[in-house]
Amino acid sequence: MGFLSGIGRATLVFLAATGRLALFTARSLSHCVRPPFYPRLLVQQMREIGYNSLPVVGLTALFTGMVLALQSYTGFARFNASSAIATVVVLSITRELGPVMAGLMVAGRVGAAMAAEIGTMRVTEQVDALTTLSTNPFKYLVAPRLLAGTLMLPCLVLVADIIGVFGGYVVSIYRLGFNPSAYLTSTAQYLETIDVVSGLAKAAAFGFIIALMGCYNGYHSKGGAQGVGAATTHAVVSASIMILMINYLLTGLFFS
Amino acid sequence: MSTVSPHSGTPKIELIGVKKAFGPKKVLDGVDLSVAKGESFVIIGGSGTGKSVMLKSILGLLRPDAGTIKVDGEETTHIGGRARDRVMTKFGMLFQGGALFDSLPVWQNVAFGLIQGQGMKRSQARDIAIEKLAAVGLGPDVANLSPAELSGGMQKRVGLARAIATTPEIIFFDEPTTGLDPIMADVINDLIVKCVRDLGATALTITHDMASARKISDRIGMLYQGKLIWQGPTSAIDDSGNAYVEQFIHGRAEGPIQMQVKLG
Repeated sequence: MGFLSGIGRATLVFLAATGRLALFTARSLSHCVRPPFYPRLLVQQMREIGYNSLPVVGLTALFTGMVLALQSYTGFARFNASSAIATVVVLSITRELGPVMAGLMVAGRVGAAMAAEIGTMRVTEQVDALTTLSTNPFKYLVAPRLLAGTLMLPCLVLVADIIGVFGGYVVSIYRLGFNPSAYLTSTAQYLETIDVVSGLAKAAAFGFIIALMGCYNGYHSKGGAQGVGAATTHAVVSASIMILMINYLLTGLFFS
Repeated sequence: MSTVSPHSGTPKIELIGVKKAFGPKKVLDGVDLSVAKGESFVIIGGSGTGKSVMLKSILGLLRPDAGTIKVDGEETTHIGGRARDRVMTKFGMLFQGGALFDSLPVWQNVAFGLIQGQGMKRSQARDIAIEKLAAVGLGPDVANLSPAELSGGMQKRVGLARAIATTPEIIFFDEPTTGLDPIMADVINDLIVKCVRDLGATALTITHDMASARKISDRIGMLYQGKLIWQGPTSAIDDSGNAYVEQFIHGRAEGPIQMQVKLG
C-alpha cells in the first residue's frame, strides 16, 4: 500500500511540475510577441549566448571532429572502408554531434548562468522590484533570453559544423595520410542540404530549451544561496536530458 | 508625522478580511486596515507575523486566499495585466535589502521606473536620477558606481531615491532601518519623513524598529498571529492598554508573546 501511494504521490508531483512548466512556457511565449520589447537586452543576451560561447563550442567541435576521424579510421580500416571517413565525419557532425555537443556545452555555460542570475534576483527581491517599477519580469528577463537562445544556437552550430569538419580533416590529412583533395571531394559529395538544416533546426530547439530551463528554474528558486545552487543544477540537468530526448524525436522526424 | 486625519473620504489603501495561508500555516488571518490619503501608517510586529506578506498582497505579488484589497476605492485583489500595470504606477517601494539591480549602475537603478515603466528618454531620466540622488543626500559622483561599491546606508538611500523617482502616490517601506547603525537609521528616517512630505504621498511601513516607527508614523498598528490586534495614533502607543503591544514596544522577553526558542 505504501509502495502504491508512493508511486501515486510521485506521479502527482510530476504532473504538477509539468503543468507549472507548461504554464510558464505559454506565459513566456505570449510575452515574446507582445510589446514592450527590449532590443538592448536582446542584443546583450545574443552576445552572451552566441559570441561568448564561441570558444567553448569551437574547442568542443574541433576535438569531436578529430576524435571522430581517428575512431572511424580504426574501425573502418578493418573492413577496407577508410575512404568513407570523410562522409562519416561530415554527416555525424552536421546531423548529430554539432548540435548535441554545442547544446550540452551551452546548457552548462549559459543555462547555469541564467538560472544563477535570475535565481539571485529572485531571492534578493530584485524580481519583485521589477514589478513595483511597472516592468513585467517575463518581458524583461525571460523573453530576451528565450529569443536570444533560439536565434543564437543555430549560429553557434553552423560554426561548430565547420570547425568539427575541419578537425576531422586535420587528423585525416596530417595523421592518417589521406589525400586532401580526395577528402574534400568526399566530404562535399554526400552532404545534402537537409543534413545541415536538420542540425540547425535541432539547435534552435535546444537553444529554446536551454533558455527556458535556465529561466524557469531561476524564476522559481527560493531559500537563499542553497536554493540558487539547486536551481542552477536543475537547470543544467533538465536542459541536458531534454536536449537528448528532443534530439531523438527530431531525428525520427527528419530522417525516418 | 503629518496632521492628516485618518478615515476622511475614500481610503487610499483598504484591506477587508484579508487571509493568506501557505499550506497549513495561516500567515494573514482576516486583516482589516484602512490608510487615508497622505497618511503614514506603520505596522509593527515580530518576525514571521505576516508583515511582508501583507505588503506583497497589496502590491499583487501574492494573491490573498480571501478578503478584499482596495486602492483608491478600486478593488485590486484579483486584477492583472494592464489594469495591474496601471495601479502599479501609483506605487513606489523601498525593499529591506535594497533590491538594487546589481547589473546596472546607480543612476540606471534610480531611473529604471522612468525609462522602462514610463518610456522616458535616457538623458532626461538620468537628470532626474541625479536630482533624486541629491534629494537623499548623495552626490552625482555615485551615479556611475555599481550598487556593490556602496555601503549599506548608501544602498538604502539609492533604494529610497528609486522609490520616489516616479513621484508615486503610495510608498511602501519594508524594514527601512534594518541592518543600519543608529545614526544612519535616523538619517534614513529623516529622509523618509522629508520625501513622503515633499511628495504628499501615502506611506505604509513595516518595521520592528520602534524608534523608526515613532518618528515616521501618524498611526501605528500591530500585527500578531495574522491579525491586526491594535491600531491607533502614534502618540497613543505608550498607553495602548494592550499587553502584546506593551511587551513589543518595550522589548521584554516576559509577556503574552512567547518566542519559540529551544535551549540546550
